[in-house]
Amino acid sequence: MSAPPILSVRGLRTTFATRHGMVTAVDGVDLEVLPGECLGVVGESGCGKSVTFASVMGLVKPPGRIAGGSIRFLDQELTTLDEARFRALRGRDMAMTMQDALTALNPAYTVADQIMEVVLEHDASLDGSARQRRAQARARALEMMDLVGIPSAAKRLDDYPHQFSGGMRQRIMIAIALACRPRLLIADEPTTALDVTIQAQVLDLISTLRTELGMSVVLITHDLAVVAEHCDRVVVMYAGQVVETAPTRALIDAPEHPYTRGLLASIPRLSALDAPLDPIDGRVPDLVDLPPGCRFRERCTVAEARCTSEVPMVPLAGERAVRCVLAEGGR
Amino acid sequence: MSTSAITAAPALVEMRGLTRHYDSRRGLWGRLTGNPGVLVQAVNGVDLDIRRGETVGLIGESGCGKSTLGRVAIRLHEPTAGSVRFDGTDLATLSPLELKRLRRRLQIIFQDPYASLNPRKSVLELLATPLRLHALASGPELADRVGAMLQAVGLGPEHLRRYPHQFSGGQRQRIGIARALMLEPDFVVCDEPVSALDVSVQAQIIGLLGRLKRELGLTYLFISHDIAVIGHVSDRIAVMYLGEIVEEGPRDAVLGDPRHPYTQSLLASVPRIEGTPGGARRQRLQGDLPSPVAPPPGCKFHPRCPVAVARCAREAPATTAVRPGHRVRCHLVT
Repeated sequence: MSAPPILSVRGLRTTFATRHGMVTAVDGVDLEVLPGECLGVVGESGCGKSVTFASVMGLVKPPGRIAGGSIRFLDQELTTLDEARFRALRGRDMAMTMQDALTALNPAYTVADQIMEVVLEHDASLDGSARQRRAQARARALEMMDLVGIPSAAKRLDDYPHQFSGGMRQRIMIAIALACRPRLLIADEPTTALDVTIQAQVLDLISTLRTELGMSVVLITHDLAVVAEHCDRVVVMYAGQVVETAPTRALIDAPEHPYTRGLLASIPRLSALDAPLDPIDGRVPDLVDLPPGCRFRERCTVAEARCTSEVPMVPLAGERAVRCVLAEGGR
Repeated sequence: MSTSAITAAPALVEMRGLTRHYDSRRGLWGRLTGNPGVLVQAVNGVDLDIRRGETVGLIGESGCGKSTLGRVAIRLHEPTAGSVRFDGTDLATLSPLELKRLRRRLQIIFQDPYASLNPRKSVLELLATPLRLHALASGPELADRVGAMLQAVGLGPEHLRRYPHQFSGGQRQRIGIARALMLEPDFVVCDEPVSALDVSVQAQIIGLLGRLKRELGLTYLFISHDIAVIGHVSDRIAVMYLGEIVEEGPRDAVLGDPRHPYTQSLLASVPRIEGTPGGARRQRLQGDLPSPVAPPPGCKFHPRCPVAVARCAREAPATTAVRPGHRVRCHLVT
């Protein structure tokens, strides 16, 4: 880890007040994104992976709030940044794409309008009269639609989101996110709603653009196979905490946390069709009523008495860390 | 189960030329303006046999007609043309009463356990209703059978009085499975039964469906968009594209030696856990799935096909057997 990270999250706690009590959706998350890397963030529904990055983007609104920790992005502390400064940052230096492009795009505006809005808001290089600035922004919108591979982009600039297929809508959202050449792209489940042939196209596109534009990418996904093919490093989350972080190949070849092992054993693989799947028994704990100690303990096949006390992240060799008392060092 | 045992068994379900079109012109405005409207060709001339005791996996992308085929196969929807024979009986020839009697043996498990369970009914009511409707049990026997089924799907008597919203997604899918199996069916259409579930829960449900199949001697048509899931559960696999089956055969033949260019591209697109970032890019399929309203002429896959020749745009290919039980619909396969 030579270059300093462009994003550094330390001890992040994000809470939501609900009818059933206070839910700590993100509880003490530490992670870093290095310049130019693709970081995979993996976990099942409700593990806090999306809320972590909604916090980074300043998108957590009441009843949710950031209750503790720090988020540093390009030498700025984001948790105390005022809304005006955050607006200047969001869309320009960091951008996010959402899982469901149909609901994330505004149905009442053309795609050109939606790409131009970001450019007009953030791009200081535009100059001249309002009309000239609009013309420059429109040229950028066309350039972005070409970049993300929309066929006959010039003809489709003035189309509305519903006139595009799911894969094309996801590309348009990527075009909006990348219109100001951000340093960091956060892609939240970019392909979950897409068919497998389209999914491959969109993921290849994100990987290519990352190299071409020299940005960092955070890929939030539930699919470890997507991470294997696209990410340099991976963070595994469970019940609001990071439980393991490692270079992707190392994590898949030799998972340290019992949850990561369970996840890998649950995945049907084309290369081992007759290998029985080994599911993780039980279910994710209720975040309102968490057991003390290790949060995976009640589903863990190797849990011991000492797992009932609080478990810190244990650093391991090879730029890895794991939240388990039974991992290396602790054994 | 050995392959020879499968081929020797008689087909439980025989679909021949099965076709389902949806007419989407029938709005009032369309009728008033004489709008010719559009015909959605959801399923087009499908031949498929499902033998007793086997699982046929049906794979394809959204809009390819796989769910419609599953529904037409058990006559949840009426076919536009073609026939379905179930255990030797043509479903189209049955009177409503006979069809109702037969329905007990044809069941379906839906993708979304949130939407397919009535939120106002307790688990007891949800599971007892099929038995009551078919007058198969009442009183204490009814309660016993519901209890036994609940146990078979991994739930307990404490769940009987609860309502669907009180369960997690995986538990709800267990209830959906229990409901489908209450009538002791022979043939169950599993329509994307694990697609809405997290991967660890997905593995639990796949395991449960496999165990129930062995214990109860069920036959499945298992529909999914996930090739790895299909590979794990199926004896045979049918690949569907725009309403047609383009390749069908024993699992290991279809996945190990795929012959249709679409099957090949589908397999090349699947992200693999053994993959490496920035590793050699396999051949990716370009373009989107065309609309089933206006399917391309000739071979429906030709606009996206990496190896299409002039003939593919003119003529629809016939089905060719590449080995016993392995059929491919492509001009280039001989």
